[in-house]
Amino acid sequence: MDNTRRQILHTATAGVALGALGACAAPGMRAGAPAKAQVVVIGGGYGGATTAKYIRKWSDNRISVVLVEPNADFISCPVSNLVIGGTREMDDITVSYANLEKKHGVQRVRDRVTKIDAAARKVTLGSGATIAYDKLVVSPGIDFIYDSLPGLQSAAAREKILHAWQAGPQTTALRRQLEAMPDGGIFAIAIPRMPYRCPPGPYERACMVAAYFRREKPRSKVLVLDANDDVTSKGKLFKAAWAQHYKGIIEYRPAHTLTDVDVAGNRLVFEFEDPIKAAVLNVLPPMRAGSIAVQSGLATANGRWCEVNFIDFESKVAKDVHVLGDSIQPAPTMPKSGHMANQQAKICAAAIVAKLSGQPVDDSPLAMNTCYSFVTEREVVHVASVHAYDARQATYLPVGGAGGLSPAPSEAEGLAADAWARSIWSDMLG
Amino acid sequence: MKRLPGSISMLLVLAAMAAPASDAMATDRQTKARSLAATCANCHGTDGHAPAGGQALAGRSKDDIVTLMRLFREGGKPSTIMGQIAKGYTPGQVELIAEHFAAQKR
Repeated sequence: MDNTRRQILHTATAGVALGALGACAAPGMRAGAPAKAQVVVIGGGYGGATTAKYIRKWSDNRISVVLVEPNADFISCPVSNLVIGGTREMDDITVSYANLEKKHGVQRVRDRVTKIDAAARKVTLGSGATIAYDKLVVSPGIDFIYDSLPGLQSAAAREKILHAWQAGPQTTALRRQLEAMPDGGIFAIAIPRMPYRCPPGPYERACMVAAYFRREKPRSKVLVLDANDDVTSKGKLFKAAWAQHYKGIIEYRPAHTLTDVDVAGNRLVFEFEDPIKAAVLNVLPPMRAGSIAVQSGLATANGRWCEVNFIDFESKVAKDVHVLGDSIQPAPTMPKSGHMANQQAKICAAAIVAKLSGQPVDDSPLAMNTCYSFVTEREVVHVASVHAYDARQATYLPVGGAGGLSPAPSEAEGLAADAWARSIWSDMLG
Repeated sequence: MKRLPGSISMLLVLAAMAAPASDAMATDRQTKARSLAATCANCHGTDGHAPAGGQALAGRSKDDIVTLMRLFREGGKPSTIMGQIAKGYTPGQVELIAEHFAAQKR
C-alpha cells in the first residue's frame, strides 16, 4: 500500500471512529437494537483475526471492527517448521486478509498501535492517527526478552542469530542458513524455560531439521539444548521418534540454561555447562506478551503476561480492554497455541457482542485445544484437551478424562494436521 | 452471517422456551449452541463448513451428530482424536452443538 492510500484509509478510519463514539454516547442501547459500536483489534494472528471475523459475524455486521496489523498477509507459525525443514514453501503458510475485508467488512489498517489510552478509549497508530473504540481487543502475540542475553543486544546480532519463532522473514532466513550449512555441521537450538509460545514447537523443529539432514546432509547433527528439565510437551512421543528416526542425528540435553550468545564465535554460553559451538544457532529467547501490551501496563503477571477475567478476557487492570492469545497469563494447563488463541477469540467475541447488545455474557464458556506436531515429513502426533469455565474459581479447568495424546505417530494424523491448518485458517480468515 | 430458515428459527425458539425455567438473563439456547459449535470450527470449519479434506458438519442431522459423538465418547467408533475430545463435552452440550450444525445449510 502506498502512503497516499494509507493516509486516506487512516483519515477515513478516524472519521468512522468519531461517528461510532458519538453513536455510543447515545443512551438506550437495548437487546436487539442496532449497536453502532466500534471494536478495535490489535494484531491479525490466530487470536485477533478470529475475534475480528466473529464480532462481525455474530453481531450481524452491526458492530464495526477495525483490525490493526502491520503485515500484508497472515503467515502461520504452525506448519512453519516444515518450511524450515524444506518440505513446505512460505506460500503454503501464507493467507490473505482479503476475505476479512471483502466478505466480513472488517476495516484493516496496516500499521502498529503505539499507544493505548484506556481512559479516553482510543489507540494511537504509528502514523499518528488515532482510532476510538468502545471495546479494544489486544492480541499481539509474544515478544522476546533479550535482557539476559548480552550478546544479542544489537540488531546485527539478532539478524545473524535467529529465533524464527514469529513466522515471516526469519522463517525464510533460518531455512537459508540451513541450506548454506555444509554437511557435517551442527544445528543447535536453545529452548527457554516455560512458559513460552507453542511448547512442542522446538521439538518438532528439531525433527524437521533432522529429517532434512537425513535426506540431504547425513553427516550433520541437531543439538537440542533445553532450559527445562525435560521435554515440555509430548515428551515420550518425541523421544521415541528421535530414537526411531534420528538416532545419531538428534541429541537432547535438558537443564541447559542459556546465559549468553557469542555471536562472533557462533557459540552458545550456558550457566553451568561448557559453551557449544555450532554452524547454525537457533536461539529462542525467553518470551513475554507483545510489546504494546507490556508498554500499556497490561502485563501484570511478572511484567511478562497479561492477567484477564476468563469469563470474557477483559484485562484485570483496564476496563473495556480485552487481551487474548499468547499474551495472557493462561488458565491452568491452557497452552499458548494458535488453536487456543482462536478458541479464546470466539469466547471474547461472543462476550463483546453480548455486552454491546445489552445481552447476558455466556456464564459457562468452553475451550478446547488440538495441537499436531510433525515428527517425520509425513507422520504426526497430537495432544488434545478440553477446558471448561469454572464459575467458583473464575478460571478454566481441564475437563477430567478428556483429551490425551496419540498412541504413536501416523500418516493418518499427518493428513489430519494438514486438514486442521486449512480449516483453522478458513475459520479465522475465510 | 447465514440466517436460519424461518421455520427452523421458530423451532429453536420453541425449544428454547421449552428448556427448563432459567434466569431471564441467561444466554439463550441458540446463542449458547452457536458458541459451543464454534469450538469445533478449528477442524470442522466455521459453522461446520469444512474446506476440502476436512469433515464437514453443516447440515448433518442432529441425531447423526449426537449418535456419532456418543460412539466416539464410549469408544464404539475408533478415532485418533475425536474420542478424546468427545469426552470433554456433556450430552447436553453435544445436543446443542448438533442442533446448531443441523440448522446450517450444507
